[in-house]
Amino acid sequence: MQENYFYHALKIDKKQCIGCTHCISVCPTQAIRIINGKAEIIQNRCVDCGECYKACPVSAIKVEDNDLNIINKFKYKVALIPAILRSQFPDNINESKIFDSLIQIGFTHVYEVELSADLISKKVKEELKSKNCVKPLISSFCPAIVRLIQVKFPSLIDNIIKIKPPIDITALYIKKHLSENGVDPKDIGIFYITPCAAKIAAIYSPVGEIKSVVNGTFNLNNIYNRIFKNLIKNNEKDNNSQKINLTKTQLTWCLTNGEAKNYSCKSLSIDGIQNVIEYLEKIETQKIKDVDFLELRACDESCAGGILNVQNRFLSVEKMMKLSKENTNTNFVSKITDYKEFLEKKILIEDIKPRSMIKLDENLDQAINKMEKIQKIMNFLPKIDCGACGAPTCLALAEDIAQNKADISQCIFLKKNINTDKTVEKIWGKNRFKNIEDYES
Amino acid sequence: MQFEYKIKGGDFSEAGTISSKLKKILKQLNIDNKIIKKVVIALYEAEVNVIAHAYNGKVNIDIDTEKIEINIKDKGPGIENIAKAMEKGFSTATSKVREMGFGAGMGLPNIKKNSDKLDIKSKVSEGTNLKIITFLNK
Ligand SMILES: Nc1ncnc2c1ncn2[C@@H]1O[C@H](COP(=O)(O)OP(=O)(O)OP(=O)(O)O)[C@@H](O)[C@H]1O
Ligand code: SF4
Ligand SMILES: [Mg+2]
Repeated sequence: MQENYFYHALKIDKKQCIGCTHCISVCPTQAIRIINGKAEIIQNRCVDCGECYKACPVSAIKVEDNDLNIINKFKYKVALIPAILRSQFPDNINESKIFDSLIQIGFTHVYEVELSADLISKKVKEELKSKNCVKPLISSFCPAIVRLIQVKFPSLIDNIIKIKPPIDITALYIKKHLSENGVDPKDIGIFYITPCAAKIAAIYSPVGEIKSVVNGTFNLNNIYNRIFKNLIKNNEKDNNSQKINLTKTQLTWCLTNGEAKNYSCKSLSIDGIQNVIEYLEKIETQKIKDVDFLELRACDESCAGGILNVQNRFLSVEKMMKLSKENTNTNFVSKITDYKEFLEKKILIEDIKPRSMIKLDENLDQAINKMEKIQKIMNFLPKIDCGACGAPTCLALAEDIAQNKADISQCIFLKKNINTDKTVEKIWGKNRFKNIEDYES
Repeated sequence: MQFEYKIKGGDFSEAGTISSKLKKILKQLNIDNKIIKKVVIALYEAEVNVIAHAYNGKVNIDIDTEKIEINIKDKGPGIENIAKAMEKGFSTATSKVREMGFGAGMGLPNIKKNSDKLDIKSKVSEGTNLKIITFLNK
């Protein structure tokens, strides 16, 4: 059984889109086509990695955001923030100032997502030691990667660790903790300040869970602006507020090697979705042996490179590393450890289902027919991958044609007389279009 | 449906290129993941054997609704004693090759394990033919 509804936070603003080819050519799952002069996302291929958002020259790709007022539906309004938020501000703005600002904006509580990192790392270590552990174990942290594996590497689904990412576990902890202190769980609204589109998709259509404990999300860049406004308005001297420390593991968890470094076995950390794809292609053909753990992140520099961050990712990493060296209070014990048993019971996710986008047809006979058709079409197409047909590559067009989703006349090089045009010949070589005559006849 | 690829002897950096291509094709054909794994491992080992032991080779793949048939034909020294070559751990690889992580003598046994039918023909100082068949509806 395959799931067929997916929420995506990335949306194309048709008014702004100029219908160029930047996004179609960077998309790692070939999920975008140009139709009627505008980009369109094929919903069941998109993994919300944000590559298109970064590539768009006119900022026509948007990440959906919520109105801050939605927090007012709840009596207790919890801001769940990623540790990386700390690194978005200058050095003299410490976390307590950020926390205070969030309270002034209207939240009643502030928690950091990574509080549950130590709990997770302990669980992963146990799993790595267990006898029937499928190796390499792949982290479930980055939702874009989990989705990438679902659509492009279904054979590796069992390698994804069945442990919830920190956001879910910390949200569970918050709910439990507050309700034990007399708060009605119905009155608690937990809102995640997100650095990326993938996390939004993970909250509104989670994988391996029925419903997320988190009630909603706000984009980090917008919250950043609000905090910023607050900070310049307040303008008061440092009110001597206490530093709120995370452990070193927690602080660095979302950075590259933040997870992998906790495990003494052979573990790799790979960031950047193209790098991840290259590696997963390799392990699918079994060419890499003996690797136990894979930390895979869609963004370059992991969550420091999240598309909704404000700070340059390299500066952000530098600041997080500095904080982890200077500030870490190793004696800091968060209350979360009091809930260890409760949380450990809820830490597992259910089966993740494949949703392969690669297969040409369920039926083998049909699939073979379509593939033969693709081979035939590829004989005619010029293999320039220009994108003028609206598909990212000639092969993608051929696949679309075989699936009845496109027509061969979309290829601008299959127009009459192009094979005898001297200018075209000078650029693309004499033999490039030699099959066109066969196509025409 | 047929596919043909060439292999150059000695070019270890290219090991696995053809099996990767076949993997992509089988994924597109919606073949069961377990079968894909088997076929890809078998072809990978055969590919490496041509690279490691022969001068050059050719891979022909034929896929229909019943089976996947892979023929690997090489020009090379050939195998003197096929039964012996099939034994786990038997290898003529030099210690240098072994240092590079090849030559454990597990290739042919692995191909055998991961195929439904394996047929080897070889002529000394001419070359080796491998036919690997995997059935799709079992
Ligand atoms: N295509 C071939 N041409 C010539 N000799 C071969 C060929 N394939 C295998 N052999 C011979 O058979 C032996 C066993 O092959 P096998 O693939 O089982 O092990 P290997 O290649 O030596 O090591 P491994 O495959 O574990 O890296 C080889 O050492 C080689 O002597
Ligand atoms: S690496 Fe981090 S910021 Fe980037 S998509 Fe994954 S979870 Fe989001
Ligand atoms: Mg071998």
